[in-house]
Amino acid sequence: MPDVVLQDVAKHYGPAVAVANMSLRIGDGELVALLGPSGCGKTTTLRMIGGFVETTSGCITVGGRDVTALPPNRRNMGFVFQNYALFPHMTVAQNVAFGLEMRGVNRSDTDRKVREALVRVRLAQYADRLPRQLSGGQQQRVALARALVIEPDVLLLDEPLSNLDASLRQEMKIEIRQLQQSLGLTTIFVTHDQDEAMSTADRMVLMYNGKVEQVGPPDEVYGAPRSVFAAGFLGIPNLLPGQMLPGQQGFRLEAGPVLRLSGQAAVAGRCFLALRPEVISIHAAPPSDAENCLAGRVEIMTYHGSAVEYQLRTDIGLTLTARAVAPGLGGPALLPEGSRAWLSWPATAGVTVSEN
Amino acid sequence: MRAGQSRSIRIGYTAFSMAVIGFIVLPLIFIVWMSFYSNKILSFPPEGYTLDWYRRAWALSDFRNGFFLSLRTSLIATVVALCLGLPASFALVRGRFWGRETVSTVLMSPMVVPGIVGGSALFVFFLEVEFLTGWRVAGTSLGLIVAHSLIALPWMIRLVTTSLISVNPSIEEAARSLGAAPLTVFFRITLPVIKPGLIAGSLFAFINSFIDLEKSIFLVGPDSTTLQIALINYLEWNFDSTIGAVATVQIALITVLLLITDRYAKLSRAF
Ligand SMILES: Nc1ncnc2c1ncn2[C@@H]1O[C@H](COP(=O)(O)OP(=O)(O)OP(=O)(O)O)[C@@H](O)[C@H]1O
Ligand SMILES: [Mg+2]
Repeated sequence: MPDVVLQDVAKHYGPAVAVANMSLRIGDGELVALLGPSGCGKTTTLRMIGGFVETTSGCITVGGRDVTALPPNRRNMGFVFQNYALFPHMTVAQNVAFGLEMRGVNRSDTDRKVREALVRVRLAQYADRLPRQLSGGQQQRVALARALVIEPDVLLLDEPLSNLDASLRQEMKIEIRQLQQSLGLTTIFVTHDQDEAMSTADRMVLMYNGKVEQVGPPDEVYGAPRSVFAAGFLGIPNLLPGQMLPGQQGFRLEAGPVLRLSGQAAVAGRCFLALRPEVISIHAAPPSDAENCLAGRVEIMTYHGSAVEYQLRTDIGLTLTARAVAPGLGGPALLPEGSRAWLSWPATAGVTVSEN
Repeated sequence: MRAGQSRSIRIGYTAFSMAVIGFIVLPLIFIVWMSFYSNKILSFPPEGYTLDWYRRAWALSDFRNGFFLSLRTSLIATVVALCLGLPASFALVRGRFWGRETVSTVLMSPMVVPGIVGGSALFVFFLEVEFLTGWRVAGTSLGLIVAHSLIALPWMIRLVTTSLISVNPSIEEAARSLGAAPLTVFFRITLPVIKPGLIAGSLFAFINSFIDLEKSIFLVGPDSTTLQIALINYLEWNFDSTIGAVATVQIALITVLLLITDRYAKLSRAF
């Protein structure tokens, strides 16, 4: 399986920039998820790789072969669309056979490959149905079989799960991952759902406003977001503005106090300390041995069953969110809204992220 | 209370539908019925029944020739409308060009301009063409075919654009990604998917051309009248069941066409 390399790829629509100078290498057999909010350019990037959108500049190579100017029918890529895009006038088997027919594969080989492909997605008994006689999940599996049967160099998927319900999505996610692994397919997967990206991808590409924000394995990106956007998108509500003190030992909050730090990456100038709600402990009385502590008042208390989320207005004017284990599971007693509380966290908690 | 209300609404709705259907169907039934009366002059009640009017209609060369002229003209007009309407529909649905709305309106206009107005305009236009080039169009079969193509075209475009709009563009892209060149995509994917629209468009183009009277009346030559004009001419001097027989044959023809079409392309899906 070949790798895919994007070199300074850009797409402009008149003055609007959909994708700005994007460079990325997707390794042989790797599954990469393009992740980002709506309108950040994920689909545009995928469609440029598939050949459906012309690049404004830059070059795309697959296994060293420049495909930038090739039409989609000569790229040998499997594309799975959000709305399945099955041919409504053809049966399931005819849909899957279409790509083989275009390649001039003979009748008996086609029949065999179609059967194998349908078995692989567990739809062998539906071969003679029309697409409209299938459920959404089944249609998506036909689309997958149709894209895989041509033995593509690259598999491209644009939000393949977003039209499915939650349990089916979970199932399909695992199925896609397993197929991809067993075939060793170089795969690019577009999604705006971070859980989906984290649980399927070898690497995530976080995009924002047509640019790559951060690339890396899911645990790395999740554990160490590098920008305010990345931190916010990955669900970190606590972003404390300030500046690192020399030696990375302290963090001067713009609101005044200095926090203790330990082990965070150095960032020059104005930056943010990103704290996940889970690392912050909440106390009804001032804790004695906390490395960092802020006092405040509970504004909102949300009970989630296994956890309780508190939103606090601190005395220095910052609003922070803390997540505690529910009282029944060993967590602290519930603190009612309006009551006074203290938040604490260790010096090693949190990551420093640059302003943009 | 609620159930009773919705029940009475349903009954009212059914009654209304029946009334509408009755209004449309009853006259047709009467026409078919009266085509079998043996009365010499069309009157009620029937004195007996006969098939003579059908024999007489066939024997009259005006009707026989009119029928074949209409058939030929409408078939050619449908083919012309198909050849022009298919690319035009693609341009209107897929194209992004300045004045698209205007082009669309112009192409649909024969449908809304009264036939008499359109027919006389065409007649004057043909006379001008003849005056300027010496080339005779009015009263020739070419002129008639042009007029009928104008009748057929908007029906074709309306039905083909409707089905084209509903085509999911991703299926064409999917076909491309599977290795199909643009022409292959057109013939293997797009065309089969819009087939119901094409068939329904052709059918309605044909029927509306076949039953046209107003536009044709200006454009037929002295001894080449379409079936509808032959009917009007006949009515001027006669009032017997021959017209009922001719009308019944037309009703049968159109019904058969609709049934055949519906078998190969569900008409309800084309709208
Ligand atoms: N054909 C087009 N003409 C003009 N602008 C376009 C076109 N296609 C996309 N854009 C713009 O390019 C940007 C990126 O669009 P894209 O579809 O790639 O976003 P996305 O990340 O896939 O979003 P979503 O999650 O909503 O699908 C958007 O701002 C969009 O408005
Ligand atoms: Mg998208």
